[in-house]
Amino acid sequence: MSNSCSCHAQLTPDHLAEVDRILESYRGQPGSLIQVLHKAQNVIGYLPREVQVKVAEKLDVPLTRVYGVVSFYSLFTTKPKGRHKIHVCAGTACYVRGANQLLNKLEEDLQVKPGDTTEDGKFSVDVVRCLGACGLGPVVTVDDDVYGRVHTGKLADILSKYDKE
Amino acid sequence: MEMYRSHVLVCAGAGCISSACKAVQSALQENIDQYGLAKEVKVVETGCMGPCDLGPVVMIFPDGVFYRKLKPEDAAEIVSEHLLKGKVVTRLLHRQPGDPDQVTSFDQLDFFKRQTRIALRNTGIINPESVEEYIARDGYRALGKVLSQMTPQQVVDTIKGSGLRGRGGAGFPTGLKWELTARAAGNPKYVVCNADEGDPGAFMDRSILEGDPHSVLEAMAICGYAIGSSKGYIYVRAEYPLAVERLETAISKAREYGLMGENIFGTGFNFDVEIRVGAGAFVCGEETALLASIEGKRGEPRPKPPFPAQEGLWGKPTVINNVETFANIPPIILNGAEWFASIGTEKSKGTKVFALAGKVNNTGLVEVPMGTTLREIIFEIGGGIPGGKKFKAVQTGGPSGGCIPEEYLDTPVDYESLTKLGTIMGSGGMIIVDEDTCMVDLAKFFLEFVQEESCGKCSPCRIGTKRMLEILNRITSGQGREGDIELLEELSRGIKDSALCGLGQTAPNPVLSTLRYFRHEYEAHIRDKKCPAGACRDLLTYYINPELCRGCGLCAKECPAGAITGDKKKPHVIDAAKCVKCGTCEQKCKFNAIITV
Ligand SMILES: Cc1cc2nc3c(=O)[nH]c(=O)nc-3n(C[C@H](O)[C@H](O)[C@H](O)COP(=O)(O)O)c2cc1C
Ligand code: SF4
Ligand code: SF4
Ligand code: SF4
Ligand code: FES
Ligand code: FES
Repeated sequence: MSNSCSCHAQLTPDHLAEVDRILESYRGQPGSLIQVLHKAQNVIGYLPREVQVKVAEKLDVPLTRVYGVVSFYSLFTTKPKGRHKIHVCAGTACYVRGANQLLNKLEEDLQVKPGDTTEDGKFSVDVVRCLGACGLGPVVTVDDDVYGRVHTGKLADILSKYDKE
Repeated sequence: MEMYRSHVLVCAGAGCISSACKAVQSALQENIDQYGLAKEVKVVETGCMGPCDLGPVVMIFPDGVFYRKLKPEDAAEIVSEHLLKGKVVTRLLHRQPGDPDQVTSFDQLDFFKRQTRIALRNTGIINPESVEEYIARDGYRALGKVLSQMTPQQVVDTIKGSGLRGRGGAGFPTGLKWELTARAAGNPKYVVCNADEGDPGAFMDRSILEGDPHSVLEAMAICGYAIGSSKGYIYVRAEYPLAVERLETAISKAREYGLMGENIFGTGFNFDVEIRVGAGAFVCGEETALLASIEGKRGEPRPKPPFPAQEGLWGKPTVINNVETFANIPPIILNGAEWFASIGTEKSKGTKVFALAGKVNNTGLVEVPMGTTLREIIFEIGGGIPGGKKFKAVQTGGPSGGCIPEEYLDTPVDYESLTKLGTIMGSGGMIIVDEDTCMVDLAKFFLEFVQEESCGKCSPCRIGTKRMLEILNRITSGQGREGDIELLEELSRGIKDSALCGLGQTAPNPVLSTLRYFRHEYEAHIRDKKCPAGACRDLLTYYINPELCRGCGLCAKECPAGAITGDKKKPHVIDAAKCVKCGTCEQKCKFNAIITV
């Protein structure tokens, strides 16, 4: 598989071993496909084809079904993400408080479209629909950090916190 | 259980996390340790207390003192004055508008005083990770009561008699749903909790799961007993990792205490719960799609009937209820059907939790009796509109609902009254918008949402919403044509009549409802190419008011298009032909000289 993206996430033998372990722990449990894919994506950061094939084999479901599930749910991704994941909430509460302006600014500053990763693989930007912190909208998260009442003037400050790797 | 003389409750709901409550919490703990109070005072993380806008918030018990907008620097004073000397730190209390005396105790604050908390009875005031605290507040007593004193039919009858209706959106009578499932042929049966909370802008269910997870588990077990099921699933959206964590902790604690698992209370009743995490598909909140997703499949809805009560999870009879619906069950069992039925309106009993968000002062969670008016919720509890702006509308029911304009603010809220106004109760999200929000743009926002979330299985929804969105895009960019409104109405009718599931059937609602109350805004976009709210970028013209402009030149320096010119200390002007409508100048001008017309 060619990896034309400049991101650093790479599939390693360790990853595959970990996926094996996950699959083992779900053996014989009906309906575990989505939960397995969650765990695999947590480990690797995305769901490359090799992993989907492995999951299909071990859970004994057709590959088309695994692929169908991965493509159906928006949180599953087959593309590697950036080292830092930015999520901009575009739920209703954040929208009426200006989430769109934030997103525009972010696209402009980082030169990325939602769903993509910056050239240097540092940030990926995604849009989510409500993080449940609506009272403090607009809400932006970077990795596990949550920022409330964000406005365009605050973005640079927030991103600079992720300068040191 | 250790005895502490004081509990410091730190709200760790999503709102407060985003206003940095964790730093406040560690500062409090550090100071408590430094003053040697660690054995007397316990710091506890709770779920959302409600007034998210005031976060980070802290309550100190036993006195119930409520501190708001805390910074880590405030911790030392709270510990040295309040916890050590018993002196309330008045500067950190919430000052209520028009109230000369500062109220110290949380239950005297207007925001709490006007609420009736049944589903939220514990949220924000107990440690969600402690089953002991839940038990201390009557937790698992309702389960004990049904197992030892009631027959399954009596449980069903109690729920029926209470008049409880589903809080997930449709308002179906809960007792009836349980009865149908109990009577359905098929084994095993399942209890499913819908914790997908898809309405973007709503966070009631999240707060209950994070603040009082045992209330849902207890209710699911009660349901299991009533319908003859020993297995439950909670389907939680993946965007709520803390809720998942709290539920996992709660489940293992409940198992440890023999409140879940085999032979509960030694009565021979078995019940266990498993968590399933969603993966970011709004349509999975629809019950048949949710069941497909639990089975590990694509979350596509299927036609009903058969209803889940007959053929649900793995084709077996299944009760599926919303988180808040379940949270109401234990108090109904303990206090009786008549008690619950005495609260609310004729056809809508009990309370409803609402998530206030958008352009309202007190954003947060409130629980009020059914029949409370919108004005009380938005203005008296919610504190009205910030920044001296004018209230325009409130959107209920999310993407499936509609908006309510000012003239209906005195409507008592229940399932029926909202339907009559052309919207729905929905799950309880209330998005308040002010004069700056364009209603056409808002309708477009919801349509974009459903267009993105449509599973694509049936064409009225997939293609119809796309056509509607194209028209709205045209209208908001100044390309609207005569006849567009009629076309929108015609498409809406078509989609409502022929879409397969609730997502499609309700998708046109935001358009229909804004057309009903704000038709003039559509007409202004189409005929005059103007956006009355000044929100649709393509229809704006930036203009410098020469009377206010001081000629400071800042805007000209910042304008990316080089559209602004003028001599120093003289009013500047914008060349409309060059302006790309980025809005930078408006933000930069310190004299509010730049306006949009
Ligand atoms: C598109 C769509 C999305 C829905 N999303 C939710 C949801 O997020 N949470 C929920 O409890 N019910 C949701 N529902 C309603 C469920 O289908 C179902 O009616 C509900 O879970 C039943 O529980 P209740 O009777 O306790 O309300 C949704 C329905 C539709 C059509
Ligand atoms: S109405 Fe929409 S979401 Fe529902 S089944 Fe049809 S395409 Fe899917
Ligand atoms: S920033 Fe405001 S005051 Fe200054 S030149 Fe521009 S419009 Fe005039
Ligand atoms: S809106 Fe942007 S492009 Fe237009 S005048 Fe102002 S700064 Fe220049
Ligand atoms: S709408 Fe943004 S957090 Fe809910
Ligand atoms: S999150 Fe703290 S009050 Fe709502």
